Amino acid sequence: MSSTTPLLDVSGLTKHFPIKGGFPIKRTVGAVQAVDGLDFQVAEGESLGLVGESGCGKSTTGRLITRLLEPTGGKITYRGQDITHAGRRDLAPIRSEIQMIFQDPYASLNPRQTVGKIISGPMEINDIDPEGGREKRVRELLEIVGLNPEHYNRFPHEFSGGQRQRIGVARALALEPKLIVADEPVSALDVSIQAQVVNLLQKVQRELGIAFVFIAHDLAIVRHFSQRVAVMYLGKIVEIADREDLYGNPRHPYTRALLSAVPEATVEEEPRERIRLTGDVPSPINPPSGCRFRTRCWKATEKCASEAPPLVQVEGNKPGHLTACHYPETAGTVPAPRLSKDPEAAA
Amino acid sequence: MTPATPSPATPLEVTDEDSAASAKPGTPKGSESRSPGRLAWIRFKRDRTGVISAFVVIFFFVVGILAPLIAKLYGKDPYTTYGMNIPGLLNEFNYPVKPNGGISSDFWFGIEPQLGRDVFTFLLYGIRNSLLIATAAALLTTLLGVVVGITAGYLGGKTDYFVGRVIDILLAFPQTLFFIAFWPVVMAIFVSPEENTPVWLTVTSLILVMTAFGWASIARLLRGEVLALREREFVEAAKVTGASPARIIFKELLPNLWTPILIQATLLLPAYVTAEAGLAFLGVGLSDPTPDWGVMIQNGAKVYQDDITFMLFPGLSMVLFVVAFNLLGDSVRDALDPKTKR
Repeated sequence: MSSTTPLLDVSGLTKHFPIKGGFPIKRTVGAVQAVDGLDFQVAEGESLGLVGESGCGKSTTGRLITRLLEPTGGKITYRGQDITHAGRRDLAPIRSEIQMIFQDPYASLNPRQTVGKIISGPMEINDIDPEGGREKRVRELLEIVGLNPEHYNRFPHEFSGGQRQRIGVARALALEPKLIVADEPVSALDVSIQAQVVNLLQKVQRELGIAFVFIAHDLAIVRHFSQRVAVMYLGKIVEIADREDLYGNPRHPYTRALLSAVPEATVEEEPRERIRLTGDVPSPINPPSGCRFRTRCWKATEKCASEAPPLVQVEGNKPGHLTACHYPETAGTVPAPRLSKDPEAAA
Repeated sequence: MTPATPSPATPLEVTDEDSAASAKPGTPKGSESRSPGRLAWIRFKRDRTGVISAFVVIFFFVVGILAPLIAKLYGKDPYTTYGMNIPGLLNEFNYPVKPNGGISSDFWFGIEPQLGRDVFTFLLYGIRNSLLIATAAALLTTLLGVVVGITAGYLGGKTDYFVGRVIDILLAFPQTLFFIAFWPVVMAIFVSPEENTPVWLTVTSLILVMTAFGWASIARLLRGEVLALREREFVEAAKVTGASPARIIFKELLPNLWTPILIQATLLLPAYVTAEAGLAFLGVGLSDPTPDWGVMIQNGAKVYQDDITFMLFPGLSMVLFVVAFNLLGDSVRDALDPKTKR
């Protein structure tokens, strides 16, 4: 992936949401550091999975890439073009190449528009007239996502959650994008439907060669879908690696804890040891100094509190496997669970 | 804490107000489909109160529009003082000779005491004028309220704050008192006291004043609706595809706002009819000899101890109209927004 210029290059991406307070004159009293210095690349046709628990900044990242939010800092480069602060008109040519699939299929379709209007809307906005007319193209798209082309004139309320999400996929495909940001596309769906939608996305990715930034909190789905996976914690990437490396050889304690928490479908003779993280995720308004995971990490030392670990290739990692930890896990060892955390470190 | 455990799926909020109706009788066949608007129409047609009210309201509007034609067929006009011109209609106290306000085959609703005008045509033209003023004021109010509300809601920030405070002030204002106190002053600016105030000026200023005080509540309501809508994902989806703010407002937001707009407008109109009549009764706004519901009630009030008939016709017709229109408004709301249960 590093041989050619990546499709999307994100460096030092930061988003701080200001907190306004005070009376009678409101002023900024703090900031939610939702995303704090992200670096990653997405190659053409590649799927990057973005995992992490609730509130770690996954969705914010997705919205920054699609420029629904204005970054506070850092740089977003799409095919060598800086789009970090591009306005609506500058973005116009790129809009059709970066699309988004939303989390909630019940909120992401306008209830007053027919399916045909919803899917042809993007073409209308971007003045795209496909061969044979927009309606024909919409019918094709409906077929691609596994819906009946006859559904052209129906309204969203006549569809189930899974079908609605397919409509959302068709809308994203309408502009023939190069990159799709999928913000938890299946987490609002029934488990039985999740697989169908994920398989549809996989088919789309393979057949149309579209790159994905796949945001999810379900590790199993990300493993199924993404060639590369980035683990986020409190606005930072703690580990990024190819799928096999990350799932087979996790080096960051947080990644390891996450993986150990994945429920198992098989009944083994010896139940796998689980790492139980204690406490809650610290507030992103006032994140811990140094390594952000240190308040819940069983290996945290003074160094972790004073020095933020850089995201680097630690010893024993394959190229492209980056970990942000001072004391990375050694391959294969399963750490003993710690149920108590150091109250001093939390300060 | 097991952080990686998938959190329970977000509650599948039924955001579409019409999805309650997706359990509809009979499935649509083929590509035939029912739009939310069509579903509302089907619901409305099932509501007997609403349909009857609609007919009553339509009847009043037809009467108002066709007032000159009806008056011509009937052969009288609201200005001629028949009682004074034709002897034998009024007695020596200038009251109709015949009972019940002088109802006869010539004068269906009787004739007025003193001047002896025809009550029927006066009522026709009264309905016409009142509905004209109320409809114009309601339309203008809705338009202004919608524009201001959507702007404030969509732009947010300082604009929203400023508009919000203006709305606060307007809603806290004693309107009726203001009308009564300032009406003569405002009129004196335009017309010197010696001249007669032209009717068009009275009508225009009535409409404008009612609009100026009426838009605030609609604007506030729509601002709230827009605030809720603009965070919805379909707006973001439109933004991702590069939609302009104008397109988002007109194509994405406005279709979702027709429900509150329609409901507010249908409830506003009868309120304006009564407000206008109330003002005319108090001597503000339209005045004799311009036919008007309020003017008629005012005239009737002068003689009601002797003959209540003159109060009865304008009063009953207005009650009928306002009740029917309010019921219609309720039915429209029930049809468009079935979640609001009574």
